[in-house]
Amino acid sequence: MSATAYLIGVSALCAAAVLGAILPAGQRLLGAALLSAVGCLAALAGSGEVLVSGHPFAMHSAEVLPLTGVDVSLDPLGALFVAITAIVGLAVSWYSIGYGAHPHASRTTTAVLPAFLATLLLVPAASSVATFMAAWELMALTSLLGLLGEHRRRPETRDAAQWYAVMTHIGAAAILFGLVLLGAHAGGQSFAAIAAHRRELSMPLRSAVFVITLAGFASKAGAVPLHVWLPRAHPEAPSPVSALMSGAMVNLGVYGILRVGEVLLGGGELWWWLLVASLGVTSAFFGALHAAASTDLKRLLAYSTVDNVGLVLIGVGAAGALQCDGDRLLAGLALVATLFHLANHALFKSGLFLAAGAIQHSTATRDLDRLGGLARRMPVTAVLFGIGALSISAVPGSNGFASEWLLFEGLLQGIASRSAVTQAALLAGVAALAITGGLTATAFVKAIGVGFLGQPRTQAAREAKDVAPSMLAGMGILAVACVTLGVVPGVALPVLERAAAGGLAGGAPHALRPGIGIELAAARGAIDPALVVVGLLAAFILAGSAVRFAPRPAQLRHPRRGEVWGCGRELQTARMEITATSFAEPLQRVFADVLRPDHDLEVTHASESRYFPEAISFHQRIDDAIERLVYRPVIAAVVSWGRLARRIPNGSVHRYLAFGFAALLLVLVVLR
Amino acid sequence: MTGGLADLAVVDPALAERVGVSAVQVGIVLVGGPLLLGLMGKLRARAEGRVGAPITQGLADLRKLLHKEAIRAEPTSAVSAMAPVVLVGSAAVAAALTPLVSTRPVSAGGADVFLVVYLLLMGSIALALGGLDAGTAFGGMGSSRAMTIGAISEPALLVGILALAVQARTSNLPGIVKASLAHPGWLASPQRILALGALVVVVIAETGRIPVDNPSTHLELTMIHEAMVLEQAGPDLALTTAGEAMRLGLLLGLVANLFFPWGVADSGGGLAIAVGIFALAVKASALAALIALIEVSTAKLRLFRVPELLAGGFVLAIVAVTIGLVSR
Repeated sequence: MSATAYLIGVSALCAAAVLGAILPAGQRLLGAALLSAVGCLAALAGSGEVLVSGHPFAMHSAEVLPLTGVDVSLDPLGALFVAITAIVGLAVSWYSIGYGAHPHASRTTTAVLPAFLATLLLVPAASSVATFMAAWELMALTSLLGLLGEHRRRPETRDAAQWYAVMTHIGAAAILFGLVLLGAHAGGQSFAAIAAHRRELSMPLRSAVFVITLAGFASKAGAVPLHVWLPRAHPEAPSPVSALMSGAMVNLGVYGILRVGEVLLGGGELWWWLLVASLGVTSAFFGALHAAASTDLKRLLAYSTVDNVGLVLIGVGAAGALQCDGDRLLAGLALVATLFHLANHALFKSGLFLAAGAIQHSTATRDLDRLGGLARRMPVTAVLFGIGALSISAVPGSNGFASEWLLFEGLLQGIASRSAVTQAALLAGVAALAITGGLTATAFVKAIGVGFLGQPRTQAAREAKDVAPSMLAGMGILAVACVTLGVVPGVALPVLERAAAGGLAGGAPHALRPGIGIELAAARGAIDPALVVVGLLAAFILAGSAVRFAPRPAQLRHPRRGEVWGCGRELQTARMEITATSFAEPLQRVFADVLRPDHDLEVTHASESRYFPEAISFHQRIDDAIERLVYRPVIAAVVSWGRLARRIPNGSVHRYLAFGFAALLLVLVVLR
Repeated sequence: MTGGLADLAVVDPALAERVGVSAVQVGIVLVGGPLLLGLMGKLRARAEGRVGAPITQGLADLRKLLHKEAIRAEPTSAVSAMAPVVLVGSAAVAAALTPLVSTRPVSAGGADVFLVVYLLLMGSIALALGGLDAGTAFGGMGSSRAMTIGAISEPALLVGILALAVQARTSNLPGIVKASLAHPGWLASPQRILALGALVVVVIAETGRIPVDNPSTHLELTMIHEAMVLEQAGPDLALTTAGEAMRLGLLLGLVANLFFPWGVADSGGGLAIAVGIFALAVKASALAALIALIEVSTAKLRLFRVPELLAGGFVLAIVAVTIGLVSR
């Protein structure tokens, strides 16, 4: 039953991709979107059944791929990722109906979006090296096409696509190399065979496979220092594609680490997981800081993805390390928390990207410094963006709060672990969680405050209007999911526990008590978000009525509107408002060592006296320091080697013949 | 919190008592916050050789503001109306859950460190958004500075309390207070002393006192909190002022009970709760006096020196946790 539903889902998405490519313009959007929504629902049903019942399914087909055939199976771990993708995909499909009516929208986007979704559903279900790599490569290709869908002629988009293509293919090459190495030594390419033979593999080999594949998966997940494609690709991609990239694709990097490290290699050694946790700590801090300093809304969201992936990797590292210390209960707790946060991040981040797309749709910009006052012009989008922003800031009652609390609790309980190294790693994780909490709140106060509140800064922002109902509905699905998981997180936990047990080599006992809130089974620790929300609402009503019904003369009852206080000046214009750049300035100055902003101040003096400036221009750029310090030199080196190599072939046939002869000799020597 | 659960309380006497404890705590923080501010003002005035306003000045100001006309700036949205309400509401719920008077408030099992810290963060977010809503230069500047300081002080608060949580092996606040009541020897342990230092820095930053912010200034270049509420007037300002006072009272009460848990009621009964109220008043007043003393004896720091102070607090907190881990 679950297998059928899953297959129907994937086939419906493939059919939707074909429809999107061949139908005439009038019917294309609706046909492709509805069919992909059906596909997502079917995949959700299939994966949901696996998650609830705990019974995996497996299939083999020799027809599709030559030589190896296709192996598809879905266990609870994979099913969780399929379910997350399906929910995000459902919302994105609805959204794309209205989004596609945009003049920029292209047939490519309509056709590629369902295909991308189908590959996202295939990766967690692939159960052999060949199938996995095929699905992984298809995912890379469809996402690249999706990225190029709208503005393929813009230099920024082309640049972003180039970065993304290179990073994703280096990553794929690393994964392929690692998995082939593993399959060659384990005597088979199916995941089941590899897992069965893992004990025969030497530890150095296992470690090599883990580190090589980790590099590939971390580049897909967007972990620092392999994150450079994210803040380039996400802003340039059409918003439904960015939503899928951030909400579903980066998750699969985490999935890969769990699948290879825990399920195939059996957990391995402590240092593997300390490596993962340190990647997480770096990513969380670096991402949160850049998010707080960004002024491009989608770039901000992309860096915030780096931050959240970091938190998830901290959790994965903690779970793996605790498992190596032999503490299965605490490892299970940490992994449940991690998967919960991953699911929540998928929901709110894709919602936020869709809302950013709605803003771009309505105002043709995503630069916060050109927006402002949208709350009164796009009220529904403002509320939906607000729900996402408050969730990601972990305001109590939101799903982000529930999972960050659980992650905090997982790390705190794990600190009781036996090994001192693990303790230190977990402490670093807690510190990163605490620091990113404040930075994320700052980033999103900036996004709401500068983008939605205050006065509009440009004509486009002044004329903004709420977008089509289908787009709002798409965002609404995700907002409802966020609120539900925030108020009654307990409903999702049994499913997450099942997935987490499947994601640890030794399985995991129940770490949580059943209920609508969250309560640890083995230690004193619980939260009851439903009660907190009821309490908050009651307190808001009481405080609100204290203001409204305060005893004052009848003519003063109704709130009056007055002018803003202009410090003695009459006129208050939007030019005087704080901008996103200046909002982030203090923080940027505090963390100047990490952010390394470039300033450029030009003062033109009046010709009469240099005490009177005629014009002042100030430019600031915050480039990614890692890109500048690590990638640029490497790229420059490759380019200069290329230039050197160009001197060798000078057009002389004699020289080429000499090369051929030398190469032949070399081959003979080697083969001897 | 009390309104919605009053019907249930008829059924279960134990729950009625918990609801009562929470209601008492909210009431104490609501009234006690402004009184603590008054006390600090009085002490500062006396130390500077002035008479100073009466201690009850804060309550009188609130009453005055509540009777004034409600007036909001032209370009504002619903956020301006909601921000003060959220500030007070989040502080009230945090006060209802925190073991201030007794270790048995409503939902004691769910009274977690993380929850209380993030409820405070919720109030800070509301205040900062309120400051940005009118679109004025000052409001935005204040919000930007407040969020910058909050972004560094909030982790110090969380990690500071974490030092105690590691010692007590739970992040449940009543659990920590109970554990410290059961182990009097912990009170002088090095990690607690370091954590106390970190939390005092945090309280000063979160409540906007000298040397981080000067609550009595309206000088454009230096103000933080006052800049955010510049557009508020009348009842809105009353709520914001009350909310800020409640946060001060809550933080002082929380720090007092975490580090000096004597007198907190651990059982039911009117007498124990009365003792708890008295002990809380004494301890919170003592901490307020300490902060007033710091305020008199230091000058306000430059804005860009403040993060150094807070980072110092954060490092103290981290060292406290590390000592806790090593000495176990």
